[in-house]
Amino acid sequence: MEKWPWTAVVVLLALTVRWAVSLHSYSGAGKPPLFGDYEAQRHWQEVTVNLPLRQWYFNSSENDLQYWGLDYPPLTAYHSLLCAFVAERINPAWVALHTSRGHESPAHKLFMRTTVLVADVMIYIPAVVLYCCCLKEISTKKKVANALCILLYPGLILIDHGHFQYNSVSLGFALWGVLGVSCDWDLLGSLAFCLALNYKQMELYHSLPFFCFLLGKCFQKGLKGKGLGLLLKLVGTVVASFALCWLPFFSEREQTLQVVRRLFPVERGLFEARGSVLVTGSSQAPRREGSGRAGGGPIRSCRFSS
Amino acid sequence: MWLNWLKTSGTTAMAALGTVKGSSNWFSALALGVTLLKCLLIPTYHSTDFEVHRNWLAITHSLPLSQWYYEATSEWTLDYPPFFAWFEYVLSHVAKYFDQEMLKVHNLNYFNSTTLLFQRFSVIFTDVLFVYAVRECCKCIDGRKASKDLTEKPQFILSVLLLWNFGLLIVDHIHFQYNGFLSGIMLLSIARIFQKRHIEGAFLFAVLLHFKHIYVYVAPAYGIYLLRSYCFTASKPDGSVRWNSFSFIRVISLGLIVFLVSALSLGPFLALNQLPQVFSRLFPFKRGLCHAYWAPNFWALYNSVDKVLSVIGLELKLLDPNKIPKASMTSGLVQQFEHTVLPSVTPWATVICTLIAILPSVFCLWFKPQGPRGFLRCLILCALSSFMFGWHVHEKAILLAILPMSLLSVEKAGDASVFLILTTTGHYSLFPLLFTTPELPIKILLMLLFTIYSISSLMTLFRKERPLFNWMETFYLLGLGPLEVCCEFVFPLTSWKLKYPFIPLLLTSGYCAVGVTYAWCRLYASMLTGPPVGKTKKR
Repeated sequence: MEKWPWTAVVVLLALTVRWAVSLHSYSGAGKPPLFGDYEAQRHWQEVTVNLPLRQWYFNSSENDLQYWGLDYPPLTAYHSLLCAFVAERINPAWVALHTSRGHESPAHKLFMRTTVLVADVMIYIPAVVLYCCCLKEISTKKKVANALCILLYPGLILIDHGHFQYNSVSLGFALWGVLGVSCDWDLLGSLAFCLALNYKQMELYHSLPFFCFLLGKCFQKGLKGKGLGLLLKLVGTVVASFALCWLPFFSEREQTLQVVRRLFPVERGLFEARGSVLVTGSSQAPRREGSGRAGGGPIRSCRFSS
Repeated sequence: MWLNWLKTSGTTAMAALGTVKGSSNWFSALALGVTLLKCLLIPTYHSTDFEVHRNWLAITHSLPLSQWYYEATSEWTLDYPPFFAWFEYVLSHVAKYFDQEMLKVHNLNYFNSTTLLFQRFSVIFTDVLFVYAVRECCKCIDGRKASKDLTEKPQFILSVLLLWNFGLLIVDHIHFQYNGFLSGIMLLSIARIFQKRHIEGAFLFAVLLHFKHIYVYVAPAYGIYLLRSYCFTASKPDGSVRWNSFSFIRVISLGLIVFLVSALSLGPFLALNQLPQVFSRLFPFKRGLCHAYWAPNFWALYNSVDKVLSVIGLELKLLDPNKIPKASMTSGLVQQFEHTVLPSVTPWATVICTLIAILPSVFCLWFKPQGPRGFLRCLILCALSSFMFGWHVHEKAILLAILPMSLLSVEKAGDASVFLILTTTGHYSLFPLLFTTPELPIKILLMLLFTIYSISSLMTLFRKERPLFNWMETFYLLGLGPLEVCCEFVFPLTSWKLKYPFIPLLLTSGYCAVGVTYAWCRLYASMLTGPPVGKTKKR
């Protein structure tokens, strides 16, 4: 079994299935006034391209946080800005401040779906292919089979290319992180994972294993010798990557705090409108629609990715 | 709903991997996988053929038999033989549980999601006959030389080449047609001929002819083979016919089958004195030499040369601009046109050209029989020759040659090489069928998927023999990439788009016509130079 033709076939099949799914409907299609995650992403493009950075996370007359306010870390905001630049070149009506609210058209859907596919192709798929190729002591057939399994996983395809989200970016970065630390490129691995964390705060779920593994590596090398050097370099990498992403928001203390408040809205209560099935299923507490949030709020879709 | 389909597809892929190690479930996995992909393609673009079939459902459901071939409320009149009309009649009785409104004749262009679901599922469901036929064809393949690796077995490669055929996927499940089950009947009849079950093979082909009369292209292969190798029960050692071995019983039984099938199909219309009307619907010669988009055949090259010569003639003032016919073959309309410089082509001229083109292969089948494989080769050549020289050929007709040729491609390196050239250019020539932007990634991805798989798997299968392509063929096939980029991405941004909108179509059909013609010539050479069956080793 030849490796590269089969890998190409697997990747092409994965891309075909992804695009075929994206031809179907997205969350909140044709459902005013709030629509769904698709509208949320479009709205973030509108906010980031029209407003100055210091207003992105603040409530104002220009930026109504109750209508899909930004609540992901800065890297998501920068990604939205990049997409918005392209969108503005193609059709400014897609991201015009206020007037583009609820904008739905076949051309716009094509554009949005393309952004998800591009992100997938650039970040997630290469990580998966490289990961499977680097697996040791298994045959080529099993490597290709692993790649096929991972790339055809329905959960990610449905959420990213159907419902509409960009989980492949954060998951892809996290996988690059795994690759990095497995191949002894610890600094690159931790940089990749920091990028994942700065894209979606949900990656905190994966942060403890990363932390413990890297700390364990430092201890193994001896904290009085090479281990200390590695520890310092890792700390430096993490601090530098966070600083790079958050630098524009360090200008004022209030900016930084507001972003943290948006990322971790502890005043919202335990459950979102459609929260984690595991949590709601195991607990006896009734599901509360957006309770605990001052003045109510938009109903958010499930925020837990695979 | 698509939620469930996708969840199943994911788990199926995983199940497929688990069973790929050596059990016989790989075939089911391939079939199921492609079926789930077809389900995902349900909301894609569909052509006017969708309305054609909805109209036929309405006609056969709402009107009595006597009006089926006279009904003309819609421009898409019934122009397939009676068995297909009966097929639509049966479908319509399932359709009535989905949406009754689609069965009303006056509901022209009636469309909603229920209608779409029903029509798409009817194509997907009837494909089960194609899946069965592929399974039967796999049994006819000689797999003794195969390696232990499942993916290098000829049966596996053939199954993928047929079940996941790019042309069939996009023509049936996007553009919208019913070629799947019809090709299934053809492949099944070929398989029966291979299995020496000639009566069944003849019966299936007779039935097929009355489903879609385009298959009359390959009727000479069936006729001559059955006469030569079935009705004459023995041959002399040098391969020529032994005249005294003629079996009257066999001839009569074949004739009886054809007669009974035709009687079942055309009998009711004969009784109603409607045969001339039926035939006028089936063979509308008022249409032009070429379809609006030229199929990549000989006439495409002929038209291109004519166009080039007329442009040169006008520039050099050798032609009078007033004498040139106003209507151009490239304006995209389906009418009758004349050529400017080269002689005009009439329907009869194409019939004669086609007959001349198929004669050598048919003669070869009679005088130098090569068994069922010779029959298959002749069938493919008949289909390809009719494609090359036929009147008003659709580019989709290339599938008639590509699908049977898959069977030959997994057995000999030379056939694999010709198959790959024919398939790649033939499939690329189908690109203009899907011209909408959302379908652009699908057609490119599926084409790359099929092409990369077919080339790499056949190269692996025949790696111990000579390389499959020489440098010229490699360059030609690689040239399809830049051609696609130019036609699809670069050209729309140029100023020529408004003035000469037909240029991408002209380039596509011209470039592909070269490849198809080359494949035709090589296939002919292989048939005429192949040894007769008496001199080859017994399989």
